[in-house]
Amino acid sequence: MGVEGIGARVVRKEDRRFITGQGRYVDDVKMVGMSYAHFIRSPHAHAKVKGINSTEAMKMPGVIAVLTGQQIVDDKVGNLICGWAITSKDGSPMKMGAWPAMAPETVRFVGQAVAVVIAETKNQAKDAAEAVVVDYEELPAAADIKAAIKPGAPQLHPEAPGNIVYDWHLGDEAAVKDAFSKAANVVTLDLTNNRLVPNAMEPRAAVAHYDQAEEHYTLYTTSQNPHVARLVLSAFYNIAPEHKLRVIAPDVGGGFGSKIYIYPEEMVALWASKKVGRPVKWTGDRSEAFLTDAHGRDHVSKAEMAFDKDNKILGLRVKTHANFGAYMSLFSSAVPTYLYATLLSGQYVIPAIYAEVIGVYTNTTPVDAYRGAGRPEASYLIERMMETAARQLKVDPAELRKKNFITTFPYQTPVIMAYDIGDFHASIDAAMKAIDYAGFPARKAKAKADGKLRGIGVSCYIEACGIAPSKAVGSLGAGVGLWESAEIRVNPVGTIEVLTGSHSHGQGHETTFCQIIAERLGVPISQVSIVHGDTDKVQFGMGTYGSRSLAVGGTAIVKAMEKVEAKAKKIAAHALEASESDIVIENGEFKVTGTDKSIALPMVALAAYTAHNLPDGMEPGLKETAFYDPTNFTFPAGAYICELEVDPGTGKTSFVNFVAADDFGRLINPMIVEGQVHGGLAQGIGQALLEGAVYDDTGQLVTASFMDYTMPRADDLPSFQLSHTTTLCPGNPLGVKGCGEAGAIGASAAVINAITDAIGNNKLEMPATPDRVWHAIHG
Amino acid sequence: MYETNYHRASSIDDAVAQFAKGTDSKFLSGGQTLLPVMKQRLAAPSDVIDVAKIKDMIGIEVSGDTVTIKAATTHYDVAQSDAVQKAIPALANLASMIGDPAVRHRGTIGGSLANNDPAADYPAAVLALGAVVKTNKRSIPAEDFFKGLFSTALEDGEMITAVSFPVPAKAGYAKFPNPASRFALTGVFVAKTKSGDVRVAATGASQSGVMRVAPIEQALKANWAASALDSVTIPASGLLADIHGSADYRANLVKVMGQRAVTAAG
Repeated sequence: MGVEGIGARVVRKEDRRFITGQGRYVDDVKMVGMSYAHFIRSPHAHAKVKGINSTEAMKMPGVIAVLTGQQIVDDKVGNLICGWAITSKDGSPMKMGAWPAMAPETVRFVGQAVAVVIAETKNQAKDAAEAVVVDYEELPAAADIKAAIKPGAPQLHPEAPGNIVYDWHLGDEAAVKDAFSKAANVVTLDLTNNRLVPNAMEPRAAVAHYDQAEEHYTLYTTSQNPHVARLVLSAFYNIAPEHKLRVIAPDVGGGFGSKIYIYPEEMVALWASKKVGRPVKWTGDRSEAFLTDAHGRDHVSKAEMAFDKDNKILGLRVKTHANFGAYMSLFSSAVPTYLYATLLSGQYVIPAIYAEVIGVYTNTTPVDAYRGAGRPEASYLIERMMETAARQLKVDPAELRKKNFITTFPYQTPVIMAYDIGDFHASIDAAMKAIDYAGFPARKAKAKADGKLRGIGVSCYIEACGIAPSKAVGSLGAGVGLWESAEIRVNPVGTIEVLTGSHSHGQGHETTFCQIIAERLGVPISQVSIVHGDTDKVQFGMGTYGSRSLAVGGTAIVKAMEKVEAKAKKIAAHALEASESDIVIENGEFKVTGTDKSIALPMVALAAYTAHNLPDGMEPGLKETAFYDPTNFTFPAGAYICELEVDPGTGKTSFVNFVAADDFGRLINPMIVEGQVHGGLAQGIGQALLEGAVYDDTGQLVTASFMDYTMPRADDLPSFQLSHTTTLCPGNPLGVKGCGEAGAIGASAAVINAITDAIGNNKLEMPATPDRVWHAIHG
Repeated sequence: MYETNYHRASSIDDAVAQFAKGTDSKFLSGGQTLLPVMKQRLAAPSDVIDVAKIKDMIGIEVSGDTVTIKAATTHYDVAQSDAVQKAIPALANLASMIGDPAVRHRGTIGGSLANNDPAADYPAAVLALGAVVKTNKRSIPAEDFFKGLFSTALEDGEMITAVSFPVPAKAGYAKFPNPASRFALTGVFVAKTKSGDVRVAATGASQSGVMRVAPIEQALKANWAASALDSVTIPASGLLADIHGSADYRANLVKVMGQRAVTAAG
């Protein structure tokens, strides 16, 4: 390992601009003649739009235009799409209603846009919006799954009778039935996975510009995947052909999945920029973020697990209702199916699994992938089930897990996934040692003497990351491939630019990716730049989500580097009059092995571009591209153990300790990995204790601000004890698995298992607020 | 935010005069409630009269058995004040728990009391300690000042200038914060006066705003000890209920926070 190579705790290059306030975000973009958009949003969860009167608004100062949903339909702008086709168990395709960017006829959730005001200033646009009169005819709303599926429920879309999008299944129903018939014990569990609001620090924003002379659009947007945005805007929304549309996602302040999607506002900004002949800026505020950013989770599940007399698992049966909100967002359909049910085997040998998933429309904000996306829901279900089972079977929860761990790899689960490698015993053993699991009963007794209820909870998660092999996801209904691209440009002076299709919005790519280059060439990372986030600069790429950037995007960089190095070696060998096979790369030099002959990288690069003395037939230049399609998912896994105390007087939970033993394969920058784990754990703990989107019966979002939606703060969290056990991923040359989502996937169950252990009552839903915990203790 | 006219008042008289000139004026002190509400377009004062820089409105004085805190004194200054920490440590402690550091450096005691948020901390101290709210027109006993949610005895154009607290024999405050807002889900201030009377006030709990808690007062009069409240039952009727706490949970918190306040008071 070099000082800046793989495994080095290099300080993040990008932090200089972030912590000195010099990041450049979408709202920092200013254009000559720029106008401002303000959306008029439905105050009702379900209503007919009978009319929109903008006569008075158009007379107000600074108003340029008031544009409505009907106009966007008239201009033949396409509806929003869902990019993953799911087939119901009866063979029918999923049933979707149309999602126009602004509602021309019917609004189906509070906050859905019906019109937009474009004005000279933001305040003028807001003033005028108040003067637009929208005539709504209120309709009854279905605000949650239960309300949406009951007989006589209000219907959202005529295309989806009973508000059912699909009724899908996975696994072998007969084998599971057989397993349960042989069971010595059956454990059942009903649970809810609470709805979350992503709340990236930077709200969504867009600046759109139409160049009339060139018939060309530019869109600055808060996106995790600018190329995918361009593709969708072009191919499905008919905004412009791809070569006439440039999408730039500059510095982006967090995404967590919520910025994967191409939302109505960004699309309307583009359309409006041509309509009014002016650049249009829209910057969402926090209230708009609460109401319109795709929410996460929201499952209601029933699970049953069958055990034999030796406490070995025989089978698992799961029935889940997933809330999609009012419309099917871009990847929403895949989240509770192929990202959820395929992980229901957890870390365990479960011979038979059968999962049914019913997707449901409700009059709420659309739901889509949010940090973990399906995998937290699966992990929470399995790990609460294992804890519940251990208590019912009267065995130690860690021992029950160990007894059922998968220990041989590769391992084919009954639910599609084939785990390539792992060592689950190593993770749990490391976590148990770190927290002194054996000493817990004594600590619990001491806490009891002090009037506190102490509990310990284990969670052993596994996730499928490195998303994803294109052929595999294509066969399951995905509308896109999930490969990644990289281009390496070695400049004539030997500096290096890496153009990646991955997008960094907090992940530290500008450092980690440089370390890969530093490791291979022995050059300092200051000599390397990462270029991303601009469709005019970077070749097509698929973007960042699903813990894929390093395993897929990083591997594309390695593949491109291999081509660069092969050519550079030829040039070096030619210059040094040596055999190509004798050339080795060390400390930024190409050396003839076993001699003192060498040529530095800048000289090789210069030779490539002067082309005065290249091997016969060689093209000038030193620039290579690679597209890498993974052969499998990667499978990060680990064990989290949480020890906490509950105050019986108030129901308040206080952490004593939280240990994490993760297996992410090889770590490129352990400091960045730790940061990712800390953030993920904060979100997982946030889901367990603090966060929950609450709608009232009429579909109003009660938790529509930070006054009522509890975002985790530093003092809500313990100081984490992290450690790593390592099995190298065999599927990619870096041996990496991905670390971005692990904390959010594994933490929730550890916390709830610890609280239910402390209070001796398993009936507890997330978020386990003091009020809920107190009631669970006192009835 | 709607457009408004901003005035920085140079004196109390100037503030009152400026207020009278506007058609729908509002006094602005620390702005920790008014400004967010204005930004959300939920308030549209014609004129905003900033009183936070008036010299006569800032500072803490101790005279005999009375601590007087001028209205534009920040929570941070109250929390840090040696005089308050010595005379009424529970009051300094309460101020140290309001909001976060940014709020405490801007927010003021007068602004908090004039707003009378049902989950604010100061009203509990003012009511339990039997303080007197002084305005540009008169002195209002705590008993008569609080009139329900976001409502006070202040008349239009009347401005709090100071609050006088009698120094108690013992006092303590215990707060259970709302997990999201960190306002008091329930906060209880207990005080034993130098004449031996016991006064207890709870904030965050009641549908009518800050309230005296008679069952706790009676129990503590008989026996000033946390254990004296073990058998006390607080009725849940009339208490607030929301996603953060049901009425019966808040009733429990009134009791438990009462016990912890007594323990803190010593």
